[in-house]
Amino acid sequence: MQKIAALMRQKAQELLSSGQVQQVAAWRKGQLAYDNAPAVFTSPEACADLVYDEFCPANLSKYLLAATKKKLKTAVFLKPCDTYGVNQLLKDNRVQREYVYAIGTPCQGMLDIKKIRAHGLKGITRITVSEGVVQVETVYGTQNLPQRDVLLDKCLQCKGNAYMIADTEIGEKLATPEPRGDAFAAVKRIEALPPEERFKFWQQELSKCIRCNACRDICPACSCEQCIFDNPAAPVAGKAFADPVEENMFHLIRAYHVAGRCVGCGECARVCPQGVKLGLLNLKFMKDINTFYGPYQAGSDATTPAPQVTFTQGDVEPSAAGQKGRS
Amino acid sequence: MFKIAKAKWPELWQALAREGQLYLPALVDGKTDFAPWQKDTKVDLLTAVTAKSLKQLFFAQVEPLMHFQTSGKKVAVTPQELPAQPTIAFGVRACDLAGFTILDKVFLKEPVDTFYRARRENCTLIGLACGFPEETCFCQTFNIDAASPAGDIQTWLVWDNLYWESRTGKGQQLTAKLAALLTEATAEDAKLVQAQQTKIRETLSKLPLGRLRFSPELAKHEQEVFNSKVWEKLSATCLSCCGCTYVCPTCHCYDVRDYAGKDGAVERFRCWDSCMNGDFTKMAHGNPRKGQLERFRQRYMHKLVYFPEDYEGTFACVGCGRCLRICPVNLNIVKVAKELEVDLHV
Ligand code: SF4
Ligand code: SF4
Ligand code: SF4
Ligand code: SF4
Repeated sequence: MQKIAALMRQKAQELLSSGQVQQVAAWRKGQLAYDNAPAVFTSPEACADLVYDEFCPANLSKYLLAATKKKLKTAVFLKPCDTYGVNQLLKDNRVQREYVYAIGTPCQGMLDIKKIRAHGLKGITRITVSEGVVQVETVYGTQNLPQRDVLLDKCLQCKGNAYMIADTEIGEKLATPEPRGDAFAAVKRIEALPPEERFKFWQQELSKCIRCNACRDICPACSCEQCIFDNPAAPVAGKAFADPVEENMFHLIRAYHVAGRCVGCGECARVCPQGVKLGLLNLKFMKDINTFYGPYQAGSDATTPAPQVTFTQGDVEPSAAGQKGRS
Repeated sequence: MFKIAKAKWPELWQALAREGQLYLPALVDGKTDFAPWQKDTKVDLLTAVTAKSLKQLFFAQVEPLMHFQTSGKKVAVTPQELPAQPTIAFGVRACDLAGFTILDKVFLKEPVDTFYRARRENCTLIGLACGFPEETCFCQTFNIDAASPAGDIQTWLVWDNLYWESRTGKGQQLTAKLAALLTEATAEDAKLVQAQQTKIRETLSKLPLGRLRFSPELAKHEQEVFNSKVWEKLSATCLSCCGCTYVCPTCHCYDVRDYAGKDGAVERFRCWDSCMNGDFTKMAHGNPRKGQLERFRQRYMHKLVYFPEDYEGTFACVGCGRCLRICPVNLNIVKVAKELEVDLHV
């Protein structure tokens, strides 16, 4: 990973000093062992702080919205999973291709600090990864953990190491984590529940939401100029917290709105401070789309229209979801 | 000083719950947070930093202020009664206790916030020293001593004993009611507690933020800080999720809203607001803070500049580290302060 980071710094400096791009979206080193932050670099000197390791989970594609708005040619480092998001933004015509310089960046899976902490580790001073073992040094002692146990959930659904868009690539591709069995297993379990229990499950899950909107703000499919849920004149503004029905509405509307555009990057679930199982809702839609319209992966290119925005005579009737959706 | 062995803690919780609504750190869904105590509560005294701060105990996330009943052109107003229930919070850490002294400066100065004052006065706070500080902790930056938490009573957890010492009249009153459960601590015990205190202070200094200082110079350069070029860089990646402000023990902005119910009933309530919210300080003419840069800047100007300006150099931060833990893009007050110090050469 250190070699990759060095190559990235070099690339970023080159692009900035040659004037090929005006800014570079990457990650900046923090003060702790794991708190690298997404960052925009505008000068070759600033790139000294550019970092890349197992704690760079953030998908930077959403920052391209601002770049397009400001008309700034932006180089962006993209892990394989992040490339889907860029395609989706291009397809939705929210990001202009001329302002994007996509750099494929190898990944072996990102680590989840919450899972590391769940092993009772605190006072963390250093984390190193080698040969599938994560060594965590703390002021109270050192512990080794199997890498797979502390991968982010989204990395256990990895779609592989291919880049869906890349103007150039850094180094050689690395082996991404093996995805965990049937991606839809959890959806099937919920579909099998009787309706009352399913309802209860979702009520419990969604009532954890504090309406911070982080899920929406990180999402490459949520790119509306003005979100309906940001309208202070509507009785749905999050902070008023007036009515629990609101949370349900927010999530249902959002799930419908990103259906067929959700690339399955898993960022919404990762950034949720409340641990709402957001991925499940999206997976349900993906599963239904696959069942009714044939296999479809949003973001695998920037042109193929989503099944819901095309019409063919063979399309299922809307009621099919209620009947066959539980197959 | 008194002590009470682990086997007797359930009785202690029960006894405390008889004196008022008891809140303590509880493990729910893999997360430790303050919760009202019930018989089956999984009490967690080992986790230093609860997910949220305890500020909602005095400064409720949603607080009804008054009720209106409209009929035709008439409006009947019923004020909201002040909360009167006695409460006890056990296991409060030094940083959160210090957070209350910051909120006090705001809510207890004239005009006094009566809701806050009522809840504050009704509550007995029992502090707990931090046996295992976390890498995000930097209370020592503000000279807050995690080894002897303020509060009405302070406690230490050493192995399987809880050591107990009252610090205020309120604390003594509560302690007197627990006489049957508490035994007098010995000189040996006092040594154990002292050893733990030394250990805690040592651990804190070894943590990544152990030697962190915030420059008091920031507050003396309001204009320069305000106009610094670092805001653009820092705010560029903020998602404006408000997470940092909601978990913070010292953030205290609120909004007042009306909620129109059925048949002409209107409830006026206040709810936590956040400078990260798009409609923060939005007025009839629009919003003086136009974008995320201005809103993001507000949070840190408030904590690092305006508050120290207004309150004799006190930063509106107690180093609990919650904003370091919650931010989905790893922005936080430490990074901001350090960038500013570099930019201003202070
Ligand atoms: S809904 Fe979630 S998984 Fe889907 S694209 Fe948005 S952030 Fe990614
Ligand atoms: S990130 Fe989580 S808490 Fe925030 S709005 Fe989304 S679901 Fe709710
Ligand atoms: S600013 Fe951050 S570290 Fe400081 S008190 Fe608030 S949440 Fe805690
Ligand atoms: S938690 Fe982070 S992303 Fe959310 S508002 Fe605060 S600084 Fe911005």
